[in-house]
Amino acid sequence: MREAAQEGRGRLKVFLGAAPGVGKTYEMLTEGMARRRAGTDAVIGVVETHGRVETEALIGDLEIVPRREVDYQGRILTEMDIDAVLARRPQLVLVDELAHTNAPGSRHPKRYQDVEELLAAGIHVYSTVNIQHLESLNDVVASFTKVRVRETVPDRVLENAEIEVVDIPPDELIERLKEGKVYIPHEATRALGHFFSKSNLSALRELALRRAAQAVDTQMLDYLRAHALAGTWAGGERVLVAVSELPSSEGLVRSTKRLADALRAPWTAVHIETPRTGQFSAEERGRLAAAMQLAAQLGGNVASVPAANVIDGLKAFATDARATQLVVGKSSRTRWFELRHGSVVDRLVRETPGLAVHVLPSEEPAGRPSLKPARMSERGTWGRPVGYAVSAALVAVITLIGVGVYSFGNLTNLALLYLIPVMAAATLYGLRTGLFAGILSSLAYNFFFLEPVHTFTISDPENLLTVLVLIGVAVVTSQLAARVRLQADLAQKSSGQNAALASFARTLAGLSTEDELGQTLCAEVSRLLGVNAVLLLPKAKGLTLSAASPPENRLGAIETAAANWALDHKQPAGRGSDTLTASDWLFQPLVAGGRAMGVFGVALDDGGDPVRSDQLPLLVSFIDQAAMSLERINLVAEMANVSQLKERDRLRAALLSSVSHDLRTPLTTILASASQIKAANIEGLDPALADGLVVEAERLNRFVANLLDMARVEAGALCLQLEAVDLTDAVAGAVHDLRNRLESHPIRLEVPADLPLVRVDPQLLHHCLINLLDNAGKYSNPGGAITISGTRSPGELALAILDEGPGLPKGREREVFETFTRLEGSDRKGGTGLGLAIVKGFAEAMGLTVTAANRDDGKGAVFSLRFPERLIVRASGEEMP
Amino acid sequence: MTTLAYKVLIVDDEPQIRRLLRNTLMRADYEVSQAATAREAMSLLAIEKPDAVLLDLGLPDRDGLELVPLIRAQSDATLLIVSAREATAEKVAALDLGADDYVTKPFDTEELLARLRTSLRRRVRASAESQVVNAWNVEIDLVNRLVRKHGEEVRLTPKEYAFLSELAKHPGRVFTHKQLLSAVWGTVFEQNIEYVRIVVRNLRQKLEDDPSSPRLIVNEPGIGYRLKGADA
Repeated sequence: MREAAQEGRGRLKVFLGAAPGVGKTYEMLTEGMARRRAGTDAVIGVVETHGRVETEALIGDLEIVPRREVDYQGRILTEMDIDAVLARRPQLVLVDELAHTNAPGSRHPKRYQDVEELLAAGIHVYSTVNIQHLESLNDVVASFTKVRVRETVPDRVLENAEIEVVDIPPDELIERLKEGKVYIPHEATRALGHFFSKSNLSALRELALRRAAQAVDTQMLDYLRAHALAGTWAGGERVLVAVSELPSSEGLVRSTKRLADALRAPWTAVHIETPRTGQFSAEERGRLAAAMQLAAQLGGNVASVPAANVIDGLKAFATDARATQLVVGKSSRTRWFELRHGSVVDRLVRETPGLAVHVLPSEEPAGRPSLKPARMSERGTWGRPVGYAVSAALVAVITLIGVGVYSFGNLTNLALLYLIPVMAAATLYGLRTGLFAGILSSLAYNFFFLEPVHTFTISDPENLLTVLVLIGVAVVTSQLAARVRLQADLAQKSSGQNAALASFARTLAGLSTEDELGQTLCAEVSRLLGVNAVLLLPKAKGLTLSAASPPENRLGAIETAAANWALDHKQPAGRGSDTLTASDWLFQPLVAGGRAMGVFGVALDDGGDPVRSDQLPLLVSFIDQAAMSLERINLVAEMANVSQLKERDRLRAALLSSVSHDLRTPLTTILASASQIKAANIEGLDPALADGLVVEAERLNRFVANLLDMARVEAGALCLQLEAVDLTDAVAGAVHDLRNRLESHPIRLEVPADLPLVRVDPQLLHHCLINLLDNAGKYSNPGGAITISGTRSPGELALAILDEGPGLPKGREREVFETFTRLEGSDRKGGTGLGLAIVKGFAEAMGLTVTAANRDDGKGAVFSLRFPERLIVRASGEEMP
Repeated sequence: MTTLAYKVLIVDDEPQIRRLLRNTLMRADYEVSQAATAREAMSLLAIEKPDAVLLDLGLPDRDGLELVPLIRAQSDATLLIVSAREATAEKVAALDLGADDYVTKPFDTEELLARLRTSLRRRVRASAESQVVNAWNVEIDLVNRLVRKHGEEVRLTPKEYAFLSELAKHPGRVFTHKQLLSAVWGTVFEQNIEYVRIVVRNLRQKLEDDPSSPRLIVNEPGIGYRLKGADA
């Protein structure tokens, strides 16, 4: 897009939707209008409104470039007239349906090629496309929707485009679909029924959002980062920041976030756990945890990696994470320390070619006391007293042996014997004990075996060397041994954590209910980290305690607030976080699939910080696993629920169909036999009897039909088959079917032939009209006329059935539509009282309203079916090929 | 009766319906055979070579709808669907698959016989290439492509004529919207029911005595249209 502008090309903005009906065209027109008002010369190249009034209204005074007519096998198709648009040279042109295939004989086979030409001519283009039309996603979409679209747009078209996602929640879209607000191409009506399932729509929506994110949208990058969908960055820059216990770490994290944003790169904050980590003071641990938390909040990944030293750890992690940029703080170490140990930064730069190392100044607040690492335990460095005792004993034993050997002759290599206690002490007890053993050994050697014997004086300089060697061996050995021991410790710790995670994962896999999951999670975390744990899950009445360990844990008001915040913001809250820190508990949200599924809380009995920074990654891993399991459990439950509903619907449909069959079979026989008896003209048989038989059987048939219809309404099992219906047909059909019943009433049809078509279910409308006419016949005075009139008024179309009779009791007009209601004075008329309830049920299912009133002239009642504007089909002969 | 009687095959799993249909048909001088299952129906179709089949869609061993194309593939018998099923979608499907007409249970026996008669007559006429159809006071001349009302020529647009002549090729038979659309406009437009409505409206204005209560071109809700009056 940026380069495009420089080259004098037009800019393409694409309104991307997950599915038809999300309102892309609407959005595009709205924005087009806004541009026009702002003075841009915007015109419409081609826009499909599909007869939607809201959309049509938006076109307003936007100029429309007339379409070109293409004659294809005798049919006239209209396409965008690209030459007309080029000649008109607007600044901005609106071109709907980017994936459209042009009629054969057009300049380009595909509409996006037209758009590319417009862009090349320096005209900006707004266009719309649905995610499933994207070439690379075609297979993916087809795999779960089972609908394959043939019209695709190459991904490169969108790569240089600005993308705006037009997004509505699946539920709302399904609602719109039901309301008939979604235009579906006729060829695809059946296939699309399946397409518009909630799961499909959710998946499509996710695809759309991800694709938009992938393209350029910064906003969407944030969305992705917040949801940790790191996998979508195929290559490019990756930033790593080394976080330590130093106060400058938070500043480092913030700087890194800015750097990563500028690079549009994912980033990770990593802490290298060295043996020294275990010796951190509470303050240092707190700072480290805060820095890690900050990183997580800013959208970075966090990791904590055990390693023998910082440099090796960073090197290894940077390689694993394929990092390209590394951010470290300027060392706060003294010059003296660096002279002895070498600068960390220097070594990093030297040892990590291919990794750009940023060294940022530490932002240590002035006046703060110098933060010399406070040694946690003297013992850790000085070693245990027993070590000294054992060393001393060993030296004594060696000395005794030496004395024994010495008596056989003066052996100069006797000093070698003293290496044994020195190495043993250094290996087993560390540097200082080793040094102690070395000094003791040299003293003993000097005292017992060196001339002059039994003094501490050394006459021979050669012997002085022996003493120094012993001390040197002690130093080297102990260093080596200490390193080996540290490695072993780390490996053990890390394998311990991995084992804990693995066993937790195994346990989770076997769980099938939320309760089990909660108890397992709480118990495991409680056991491993030595904390109190609770799991809160969102229920109808808010967050509810689902499991706790120990089970008697209860939460106060501030804890509840923190937990709710954590759930709503999908971020940690409570002690040790940045929000509601007064709480004793730390709450971590369980996030899976971008959705917060619950909140997990930990606390210590004494109200201290519940989780050490080095344990935080472990806790987070536990929670992540639990969240995924919870999602799985919920999905399984949801699926079970859905299949149960489906099964119920299937049973209901089967029952209705079988009842309908069982009732109609005998009726058919009765009716047919009766009419044959009537036709046979049997002597001695009163023809009125046969007539009665036929009439009653017909009536029974209507009742059965009504009962079945009512059952369908009540069950909500109406499946609409919408099509454009001519009301002339509908009325004529109903009158024809009821001709026998209405024989005694003159029928007046006042339905103008030019009434627009309406989009309804013809069968349901037929039933509505039959019931209304039947009702009119029932309540008309003998010989009273029944009038059916259709009127078009702004915003609706009404069909009224007027009878001539007593009319409705005042104030009770509404009640007539209730099931089994027959208003007083109507008992003699017979009937189940179902008819009008069915009318109401069917009418409302189709989006019509039905009203009852008395006629203005007081001659009887009038029942009206009102078709709202959105059901009215705009069709005229001119468009017809 | 010296001419050979028409043979009708009744396919229905309900014995009382079969008995009723047999009595009705035999009284009208048809020769009748019966089948209770799809299997039986297919073998009788091969053995008896009936002129007409009355097919119930709800059969125990197979959905009657699946039988429609099978029967069509084997025989040119007139195929009437007799079903208790309400769903118009099934009727439309059966018609699109090649059934000639349908009757919904409970049916009027006279109506059933009338439908059967017209369908059979159509079958004969199709072979005899009848070229002028008279319905009510309208005359449709399929050879000269002329339409007269009360003997006076009525000017129709090409689409209107194509539509009317399609109906007139089989007077009395119901045509589904899809059949009409694909015959008149081409298969691409099979879903554009609006086109049918508009043409029907125009034809009624030109041909019906009272366009608001049509008797020539009659709608079957949710299914399609038929031309009436030709066999009256």
